[in-house]
Amino acid sequence: MDNSSYNIPYPSIDQVGVAERAARLMSRSIKKEAKIFALKLALNMVDLTTLAGDDTPGKVRQLCYKAAHLHDALPGLPHVAAVCVYPNFVRIAKEAVKGTDIQVASVATAFPSGHSSRQVKIDDVKYAVDEGADEVDMVISRGRFLQGHYDFVQEEIAAVKEACGHAHLKVILETGELVTLDNIRLASDLAMDAGADFIKTSTGKIQPASTPSFTLVMLEAIRDYYYRTGRMVGMKPAGGIRTAKQAIQYLVLVRETLGEPWLSNKYFRFGASSLANDILMQLVKQETGVYQSLDYFSND
Amino acid sequence: MAKKTLKTAAKPLTKTSNKTAENGHQEAPHTETALAVQKTYKLYIGGKFPRTESGRFFKVNDPDGKLVANMCRASRKDFRNAVVAARKAFGGWAGRTAYNRGQIIYRIAEMLEGRRAQFEAELVQLGSDPKSAAQEVQAAIDRLIYYAGWADKYQQVFSSVNPVASSHFNFSVQEPTGVVAVFAPEEPGLLGLVSSIIPAITGGNTVVVLASEKFPTCAITFGEVLQVSDVPGGVVNLLTGHQKELLSHFSTHMDVNAMIYCGNDPQISITLQTSSADNLKRTVLYPDTDWMTASGASPYFILDTQETKTTWHPVGK
Repeated sequence: MDNSSYNIPYPSIDQVGVAERAARLMSRSIKKEAKIFALKLALNMVDLTTLAGDDTPGKVRQLCYKAAHLHDALPGLPHVAAVCVYPNFVRIAKEAVKGTDIQVASVATAFPSGHSSRQVKIDDVKYAVDEGADEVDMVISRGRFLQGHYDFVQEEIAAVKEACGHAHLKVILETGELVTLDNIRLASDLAMDAGADFIKTSTGKIQPASTPSFTLVMLEAIRDYYYRTGRMVGMKPAGGIRTAKQAIQYLVLVRETLGEPWLSNKYFRFGASSLANDILMQLVKQETGVYQSLDYFSND
Repeated sequence: MAKKTLKTAAKPLTKTSNKTAENGHQEAPHTETALAVQKTYKLYIGGKFPRTESGRFFKVNDPDGKLVANMCRASRKDFRNAVVAARKAFGGWAGRTAYNRGQIIYRIAEMLEGRRAQFEAELVQLGSDPKSAAQEVQAAIDRLIYYAGWADKYQQVFSSVNPVASSHFNFSVQEPTGVVAVFAPEEPGLLGLVSSIIPAITGGNTVVVLASEKFPTCAITFGEVLQVSDVPGGVVNLLTGHQKELLSHFSTHMDVNAMIYCGNDPQISITLQTSSADNLKRTVLYPDTDWMTASGASPYFILDTQETKTTWHPVGK
């Protein structure tokens, strides 16, 4: 592909228009059966995540158990889509989720800053894949991107994609560091051109993380890419999505921008650590009619 | 209603001025008319004053049947939001030193003192006679001072070192129960509110209160006092509305740890205790406490929303 095309300034994105459209879609009221459907769908799209410096094998095993047994007191619940861990915990996670179809995702490429040599990043990815990761969440080099080295960023993503082999590649743009919506759109386009299976908003380490506006811009990039190439790319907002209400609002954004084929965990994920419990509390509330307390749900 | 207020307010405040300014220019004669600015009574949740999400209201009238205010008729969702705010505020409030909680409660009294006239007027407007309204506000201030004093003393009174047979140092201390839901007394409107919630927050709990249906205005004005008294947002959340409508939500909510009912409707008492069983809520009933007298103030009201924690600490002989 002709990389020089990235140097052309994109048609400017209408920031106010994006914010207004996102706000309008997010004000929809979803109730009763539709709400329960949406809650279960959202639960099934969660990438249960632990990316902390104090992670231990025990913590990762506990997370995996939670992923498979969200709330056994309420039968008929789906489980989450995946667990997301650092590369050195992939093997432990893989063992812990054996027998379920929960995927194991690993962050890689010098997560979260992305500052390292290409070789180290590729090795990081290969290590994660060799350990058994089904999905790799890479970070782009934001420093190089902001310097205008778009070709470098695109080539790097392509190289990582190659190193992934059979594993799915999610590309984290870290929208909170990209400054403008135009940059987010450009980064989305070059990531998809480079072979990303998913584009993802954030590492969760930077504020602002995922916002409705950022997500809408990325969803529209996915839509335009689909019209151009026929390939469906997935979307993963991450960071700051803590409540069931927010999750349902995101589903509305997806449904209205991309349509129903994207309403599955094959094409849409939530990167979150505390979202699952809030959805569970809502589901139990719908079931029993009684407002719930975190005291009665396992920690995640 | 609005029209009438306009008329009465317009009269005494109308004056005409026709002065010659110092620079010699003749000022045009003009009429100053101050319109009465009526207060919108909203809810007090998480340190803010939101309207009810339901958009509903109920009327409160003066004894002559004239409308005083449209009060927010809080819904179950307002209650849910208030519980979320109370839960969020709990850790920080319970973690304050007892002395600091006492200072803040004293501060509430200071702020209430400065607003005496407003509270008296609100009580009179809804039917209290002026003398008893003044007594009630005075008693509310006194009660705040009373509990401010107890804040760093109840722990010493109610804790104990227990004799045990083994080589252990065994002691019991009081800890706050958590989020406490309160149906405040119908009367007295202000003093009842203060007397039913201040012991709970003195002990480090956070509260969600349904104010008196008959005297709801002074409860929301009390929220304004709380907001400027260094009481962190969410420690006290004030709702106005109907007890019968909110009873089942108050008593079944799994994230509410205790419920106080200051009233004597047997049906409410029974429902409250039955549905509180789901998460073993502590239920506290004050069916016939006389809040106006000294019997309405006691450190035992603090103890009612405390849990006893007993520790066995090994010691050598």
